[in-house]
Amino acid sequence: MGEIMAHPYFVPLLTGAAIIALFPLVAGYLVLVERKVLADMQTRLGPMRTGPHGFLQPIADALKLLLKEDTIPDEADRRIFWIAPVIAAITALAALGFIPFGAGIVVADVNVGVLAVAAMSSVGIIGVILGGWSSNSHYSLLGSLRSAAQLVSYEVALALGLLGGVMAAGSLSMVAAVERQQQQQLWGVFDNYGLMIVSFMIYFIASTAETNRAPFDLPEAESELVAGYMTEYSGFRWALFFLAEYAAMCVVAGVAVTLFFGGWLRPFASVAFLEGPLNVGVPVTVFGVSGIGSLYLVRRLKLLHQRFVLLAVGLFLIVCAALFLVPPVAASLAGPFWFFFKLSLLIYSMIWIRGTFPRLRYDQLMNFGWHYLIPLGMLMLLVHAVVGVARG
Amino acid sequence: MPSNALELYFPFLLQIAIAFVLAAGLVGASAVLGKRLKNKVKDMPYECGMTPAGDARHSFGVKFYLVGMLFILFDIEAIFLFPWVVVFRQLGLLAFFSMLVFVLLILTGFFYIWKKGALDWGKFNPDELKG
Repeated sequence: MGEIMAHPYFVPLLTGAAIIALFPLVAGYLVLVERKVLADMQTRLGPMRTGPHGFLQPIADALKLLLKEDTIPDEADRRIFWIAPVIAAITALAALGFIPFGAGIVVADVNVGVLAVAAMSSVGIIGVILGGWSSNSHYSLLGSLRSAAQLVSYEVALALGLLGGVMAAGSLSMVAAVERQQQQQLWGVFDNYGLMIVSFMIYFIASTAETNRAPFDLPEAESELVAGYMTEYSGFRWALFFLAEYAAMCVVAGVAVTLFFGGWLRPFASVAFLEGPLNVGVPVTVFGVSGIGSLYLVRRLKLLHQRFVLLAVGLFLIVCAALFLVPPVAASLAGPFWFFFKLSLLIYSMIWIRGTFPRLRYDQLMNFGWHYLIPLGMLMLLVHAVVGVARG
Repeated sequence: MPSNALELYFPFLLQIAIAFVLAAGLVGASAVLGKRLKNKVKDMPYECGMTPAGDARHSFGVKFYLVGMLFILFDIEAIFLFPWVVVFRQLGLLAFFSMLVFVLLILTGFFYIWKKGALDWGKFNPDELKG
């Protein structure tokens, strides 16, 4: 056993298997969180029926999608129609493998990590285009053409934003990027006297467009294109596109956390006396308060089986809180905790953006990308270079 | 430890394989589990219940090709910059001015295509809506 665990491939393979095995569940709950947050912003309740406060909704949805009829339109190109969602899902899931979730917890710490993530997400675009083309429906074709034009336009802005992040990191390796932020005692986003925040904003806006999220969700604008490239898809093929979208969200947010927000480092990583309050206090508070809150809500539920589910959730959260009170466990879990904490803040803001901004018109979308983001990105590149060379 | 840089990709390749098995397996499972009732109308392309207006694969705006070409140009430019941004501190002033010339050339081209109208996606004219 010890021999197996000491093998250099043990942790990467375990991480990879965990990502693939857990991500469908995570994506399901991300959908639930998104629906709940949007509902709250619009003074609605959101899903409430399946499980306590809709807690079992993702599982019910997954079962429903598995049992749905698997339709392929007569006119469609069957092989491409089959492979398109698989390409989209594989590339998005695989890109997660380059992101370090904690110190040493990474599938492949390659020396061109940032470039590899960008490459994988570019291949994902092919899945979207193929899906729209093979459906042989007007809506799908329009959706996939728009998607292609939008994604390639914002891909340039995304790359320019990433270049800024790489300048701060001084390496294309994701792990080295975090280690440099540790040495500098400064998160990438505050580097170059705070100028790096502009690059981060360019990256974040472009990545919102890259993941087809509102307000850039033109490819799947349901009010005019039904569902864009996904119109002809149903059942689990459709679910794979959905999975890919949420995986892409996690990838872009994960890259942003790694390059700009110190990856798995806690805030003020160099201040020793904050070790206790931040690495133990914050997780215990987060898990403990939500656990106790769930237990408190148990009494208000009427149905017995819903009470059981919520009780289990509450107890699970309290066990998580208790885990952080054990020093050796806390030391190894603190890194991933902070990574996922920052990741969820970024994903929350993506949902927030969706709840706040109306969809852009197509010409506005293209003009914004080409006339503002790309020139600004190039300008920031030169500014960073001047500041960087001047600082030596 | 893995002895060369390419060996680092081995876990990643396995991850792609697992992801493929998961994605293909789930689609396969849904094909087995879901019942199939074939129906001529159901298998038509969806156009909101209307009879489909012919084949969808016809020619589309040349603008999309233009965007594709511009993307290739600018993405290659960005990829060309990647090696430089990694080591720009070590390379110092000579590399900085070389890249400055390169970026300025790209920017000149960028403003040229801008002024030529390659980036215009139709001006919004409120008067057209009235007529």
